[in-house]
Amino acid sequence: MSAARPAFSSALAHALKDALIAGIVAFGLFILLLGFLTDDQRGPLRLLSRPVLLASAVGIVFAGRFIVSVIYHYAAALRYWLALIWSMVCGAAIKFKWPLLAIMLIFAVIRIYYAPQTWPLTAVAVATVFIAVRFGLSAAFLMLAVLFPVAFYDNPYFLGIAIIALTYIMLGWGLNIVVGLAGLLDLGYVAFYAVGAYSYAIIAQTYGWSFWVCLPLAGLFAAFFGILLGFPVLRLRGDYLAIVTLAFGEIVRIVLLNWVTFTNGPNGIGSIPRASFFGIPFTAGDDGFAARFGLEFDPTHRTVFLFYVILALALLTNWVTIRLRKLPVGRAWEALREDEIAVRSLGINPTNTKLTAFAIGAMFGGFAGAFFATRQGFISPDSFTFPESALILAIVVLGGMGSQLGVAIAAIVVTASFELFREFEQFRLVIFGFGMVVIMVWRPRGLVSTRDPTAYLKERKTISVEHVAEGRG
Amino acid sequence: MEYFLQQSINGIALGSIYGLVAIGYTMVYGIIGMINFAHGDIFMVGTFIALIAFLILVAIGVTAIPLALFLVLLIAMLLTSLYGWAVERIAYRPLRGSFRLAPLISAIGMSIVLQNYVQLAQGARVKTLQPLVSGVHTLFDLGNRLVVQISNIQILIILTTLALMSGFTWLISATSLGRDMRACEQDLKMATLLGVDTDRTISLTFLIGAALASVAGMMYLLYYGVIDFHIGFVAGVKAFTAAVLGGIGSLPGAMLGGLLIGLIETYWSAYFSVQYKDVAAFSILIVVLIFMPTGILGKPEVEKV
Repeated sequence: MSAARPAFSSALAHALKDALIAGIVAFGLFILLLGFLTDDQRGPLRLLSRPVLLASAVGIVFAGRFIVSVIYHYAAALRYWLALIWSMVCGAAIKFKWPLLAIMLIFAVIRIYYAPQTWPLTAVAVATVFIAVRFGLSAAFLMLAVLFPVAFYDNPYFLGIAIIALTYIMLGWGLNIVVGLAGLLDLGYVAFYAVGAYSYAIIAQTYGWSFWVCLPLAGLFAAFFGILLGFPVLRLRGDYLAIVTLAFGEIVRIVLLNWVTFTNGPNGIGSIPRASFFGIPFTAGDDGFAARFGLEFDPTHRTVFLFYVILALALLTNWVTIRLRKLPVGRAWEALREDEIAVRSLGINPTNTKLTAFAIGAMFGGFAGAFFATRQGFISPDSFTFPESALILAIVVLGGMGSQLGVAIAAIVVTASFELFREFEQFRLVIFGFGMVVIMVWRPRGLVSTRDPTAYLKERKTISVEHVAEGRG
Repeated sequence: MEYFLQQSINGIALGSIYGLVAIGYTMVYGIIGMINFAHGDIFMVGTFIALIAFLILVAIGVTAIPLALFLVLLIAMLLTSLYGWAVERIAYRPLRGSFRLAPLISAIGMSIVLQNYVQLAQGARVKTLQPLVSGVHTLFDLGNRLVVQISNIQILIILTTLALMSGFTWLISATSLGRDMRACEQDLKMATLLGVDTDRTISLTFLIGAALASVAGMMYLLYYGVIDFHIGFVAGVKAFTAAVLGGIGSLPGAMLGGLLIGLIETYWSAYFSVQYKDVAAFSILIVVLIFMPTGILGKPEVEKV
């Protein structure tokens, strides 16, 4: 292997050449847009030149390309060593799993002894690791999700992020029914999210019905919109379907923006009724949640309640998806994704089958929308733009279409990285877009690249995703 | 009637711009069967490059408008086509032969990158350029202030589009590059087997598409004088609608579709409502795809096992 590899100096020269070309191209790309700034602060447009910015951008591209070239040259060796180290670490961890767990337990006890006020966090961490070792990753995730408010009760910021992450997990799972199972590319999913949010807000404000009455209604409305859109367009092929759903999403947003008498236009709808604990409001008054249950009033009660609501909704989505995959309609979806012509010749009506997937996916989007409206208390068309649809789709695709666990991990990673890079607010969408490109180039099938087959003969074997077709939509 | 004629002229000028962008969509779709999602944003980048190039020319003292416009056109075509090439090289070429959704997703990623890159580099505020080409010609004067006019800029747009279309048609039908492109469109694999350098052909397709989009971008800048980093999305969807309406993969179709979309949008704004003009374009897209998925000049597609 090392005999076939050219000498280090030639690799370096090659990398340098690549980097030079990239630098020249970058100079051409950046010279006008980064090298100059059109400034209109005072009067007509003026130009300001920014040579330093231009030089550093070109320099970054040059250096980046050089490093990538060098790494690429040694990719085979690098991969070999990384795999070796990884397998050694994993092997050791499995071999000494009980001693390692015991050491962790001892550390946990010491930590609780010295920092007793943080015991819930430590206990939840230990329990999660034990569950992960004993029952696998999915069970550990579930356990962590259920115990999350216990561990982070005094940290509303974390709870808030967890609620956002769960909302995206739910949206991802909802879209996964459409994209991952039925193989229909939907670029306008956020429209159903918007329909759910607006129908909850308008019904709750007009009739004063409670969250639990409006929630199913919001889902129904969204599903109705799904059927309304799906009925004419589901005969289209994949790419066309993508564009039509995108156009539909934009139409919904423009209508929300301009139908001022109904939706209050760009100002949005404010003071949407907050969710109550089955009729008991989370207020400080005598008939509030805290007073009824003999607790001290704490605004976190509402947050924790919202956390469990969205967790329940997300788990419902997951459960329904798993059950549906075993029903005839779910099998028809997956068959349709694999080969539409074969499905048609077996006597299944593809349009109806796609329609059910579309409607069910839309319904979960509507549920999530209603939850979003009650959590925010304010909605406006700005929350339902195309980048939001792209974000949800990115979560599904990055997670690996059709993989429930992968979608959940991708949603958490995306939400967490958005929070981490909050200081670089203006850069994060550029980074996010590049992330989509890089992950597609690096792992086109998403992060989790194995699938559990729905139907099997004797034993359940996970298969590589390469064997799953993406369908023609 | 004169109002109708006036709107028709406005619509044709707008439609020429859409048509030029639509060619980029239709060529790429014709050759690799993929919607180049970032094409609308390439168009937007083209408007910004044209704006900055013009301001630089003014700053270094090129004041003769025709010369400045010609130079801006050249610079914009050159630099924007570099963007087209770079996008193809980074986001699409590594994914050739990958599963169908992969290039679409990376194209969406590229579109997000381009939009936010321009926003970062040039700010989110709307950029306004004072009109450069002024002057109108009265076509009909019916008295009573009922006049039908065509402005110099509209003439410029229509003439430039005509010139580019003729040049482009010649390129496709009479040059070896055009032959390669037609071969790739018919059968990519077979073209490879017969010695066509498909990677190069596809790169050049993206490059030409971006150059045409940059011309459209420059025209847009001159016509409206107001641009921001966000115009690419809606313009892109409308141009795609034009490509589909004309029949995707067909070049005259793209131009025809562009003109039709421009006219429909202008009439809609003139006779119904300006707020919902984008809804009109999007609805046309949906209706066309449902009832005439092959478009006006497209070839019917046979689904094979």
